Amino acid sequence: MENKLLVSYSPHIHAQSASVQRIMLDVILALMPAVLFSFYLFGIGAIIVTVVAVASAVLWEWLIAKYLLKRKPQIWDLSAALTGLLLAMNVPSNLPIWMVLIGTLVAIGVGKMSFGGLGQNIFNPALVGRVFLLISFPVAMTSWPVPLKSRMSYLDAVTGATPLGIVKDGVRNGEKISDLMHQIPSHMQMFYGVMGGSLGEMAALLLILGGIYLIIRKVISWHIPVSIIGTVFLFGGLLWLINPEKYPDPLFQILTGGVMLGAIFMATDYVTSPMTPKGKLIFGVSIGLLIVIIREWGAYPEGVSFAILIMNAFVPLIDKYTKPRVFGTMKTKKQN
Amino acid sequence: MPEYKLLTFPKGGVHPPENKLTAGLAIEQFPIPSKVYIHVQQHIGVPAEILVKPKERVLTGQLIAKAKGFVSANIHSSVTGTVFKIDEIYDASGYRKTAVIITPEPEDEWAEGIDTSDELRTDIDQFTPEQIIQKVKEAGIVGMGGATFPTHVKLSIPEGKKCDILIINGVECEPYLTSDHRLMLEKTEEILVGTRLLMKALKVERAVIGIEANKPDAIEKMTEAAKKYEGITVQPLKVKYPQGGEKQLIKAITGREVPSGGLPIDIGAVVQNVGTTFAVYEAVMKNKPLIERIVTITGKDLERRGNFRVRLGTMVKDIIDYVGGLPEGTGKVVLGGPMMGKATKTLNVPVGKGTSGILLMRREETKRKEVLPCIHCARCVMVCPQGLEPYLIMSLAERGMWDKAEEAHAQDCIMCGSCSFVCPSNRPLQDYTQFARNTVMSIMRARKNK
Repeated sequence: MENKLLVSYSPHIHAQSASVQRIMLDVILALMPAVLFSFYLFGIGAIIVTVVAVASAVLWEWLIAKYLLKRKPQIWDLSAALTGLLLAMNVPSNLPIWMVLIGTLVAIGVGKMSFGGLGQNIFNPALVGRVFLLISFPVAMTSWPVPLKSRMSYLDAVTGATPLGIVKDGVRNGEKISDLMHQIPSHMQMFYGVMGGSLGEMAALLLILGGIYLIIRKVISWHIPVSIIGTVFLFGGLLWLINPEKYPDPLFQILTGGVMLGAIFMATDYVTSPMTPKGKLIFGVSIGLLIVIIREWGAYPEGVSFAILIMNAFVPLIDKYTKPRVFGTMKTKKQN
Repeated sequence: MPEYKLLTFPKGGVHPPENKLTAGLAIEQFPIPSKVYIHVQQHIGVPAEILVKPKERVLTGQLIAKAKGFVSANIHSSVTGTVFKIDEIYDASGYRKTAVIITPEPEDEWAEGIDTSDELRTDIDQFTPEQIIQKVKEAGIVGMGGATFPTHVKLSIPEGKKCDILIINGVECEPYLTSDHRLMLEKTEEILVGTRLLMKALKVERAVIGIEANKPDAIEKMTEAAKKYEGITVQPLKVKYPQGGEKQLIKAITGREVPSGGLPIDIGAVVQNVGTTFAVYEAVMKNKPLIERIVTITGKDLERRGNFRVRLGTMVKDIIDYVGGLPEGTGKVVLGGPMMGKATKTLNVPVGKGTSGILLMRREETKRKEVLPCIHCARCVMVCPQGLEPYLIMSLAERGMWDKAEEAHAQDCIMCGSCSFVCPSNRPLQDYTQFARNTVMSIMRARKNK
């Protein structure tokens, strides 16, 4: 008996609830209400896109780990499944299967495994996949089925523009926003989630509920979501006050496009976001500013993906300058 | 129960399951074993010099090894008996170290001048501060919370420094351990007299006893009894590990921060554990050297758990046999608590001055899980009470980048283990941070001595 005693450094206990798998599962669970709602809105197409994205992301991860990197595949940490699910939330429900497969291959293969796998990547893998698709297949990625209209059809669904697209095109053509309002859903409709767009651009309410779940479970902190949404609201609001006919109102800004999904589920990805609360706030505010800048002065009607990816690149720098204060040291700046 | 304002340290910390299974069990006297193995180094510093030879008869409380140099501590026989031999025996660190092995006689014959009665003595006015420190030194007292730093050194305030607050550490934030808790309940007055003695030795007017809120009975009893003693107050604290860490406790109670690389005395504070304080009482008021201590023996599968008053040098094996042997499925035996205690490879290791508990853990609860990649979740950064970035220090240590590790303040790690405890990827953060800390500290020492 005695020679079988284990010897190791302390600590000798580990927090029961702490595991990568549990964290990923929590994020997937938090997304579920919005996923199910998108199934309700877009029907069969949404189901096909979601299932194919999740299954293929896991398959790519397994194949690349086993045959290219020649190491033990870690598909049960659920991170690949989550990447697939998030990518599905970022595309229209009528996207052809082969495009979905390319999207997940780029997300997992280029966005994640080429950097060395989980924890090593600089950019959010799902967004890498999404942006690749957007640039490669701009038409397919921007023809959104109209919700509730064609739930039984997949590729031949009736499509329409997103509220952001309507406003962008309208303003570009010299129209006033007040004249465009009849074409877009009311704020309450957008809050509950009935409008044109990608799967996860629906249902602000359900996404917020998911975010609250993640904060209660201590998977994420409030800093990134609140600073992104708050900045978009304030900066968008400022522009709106300057010229309400050219810039949409702040509620419209936060309820449309990928703000909720991006702020709560994409920008909070551990691997590609800063560590300290201060760093998270800098990251979130910067993303918020970039979203509005891209929306109002950029070529695309929507800027959430680009804003997050741009700020992903700054994370190492932000981490370097927002280190926690070491106990027993004074801030050197104050002494100067 | 009165309302308290609970204090705590502001940054980091974790809440491991408390598992204080022995909190309700009164202290029992552990019988004298068939042999005692007394290491001549049970403290930080230089080993004591052996004064006895094999076959020599020694009395309980007799000095058997004398402190060598200032940072060292006297060692006394914990039994009456005959020196069997002097040999190398494993200690908690896992190394063999010199020990005096004594075959005890069944009855104690105490060395001259030791008061073995239970009578409370409070007449502290007869001693000068110097006499108190001298008696503490003679008794071989060291920090009994586990650090085992010689107490007389801590009481000797360096030139130019001034102590204005004494903090008595009754936090016992390690899960499972209850020896300090029981001592506060059963030796309340003695601890308070000990506190007064320490105050006198340090020439301070104010002492605060810090106790976590999970010991309401101890808070109540100590608060009530402290009313009779001038300058002593009890401060209840929020339950949070590692509040018993010296730096965190001082911060919680005074708001002051021990500077990086500095000592508590740099900010006018001295911290003593309640077990040490009780030993000081016995040493000064009863002339009794440190020959026994309270040890919690515990574990989920153990039927007969307890808080035992154990003679120093008693083998862990003797204690485990006494409570019914190792339960089936025991995977690890830890000396101390589960967060900072040391796993021992053998049960043939004696109880020393710093052994606060013996914890038997099930194989499945202590087996390490598969290490996964770091996902930058920042949990280790958020829980570190020292404001460090354990994930970063680990990767620097893996690459041997000690300059960078020093810049990352690896030397400020207090080895509390909170980082490893919370890591969802089961990464051995504490192992590497501890390695980095020790390496950086020795590099810094070498640089200083150059």
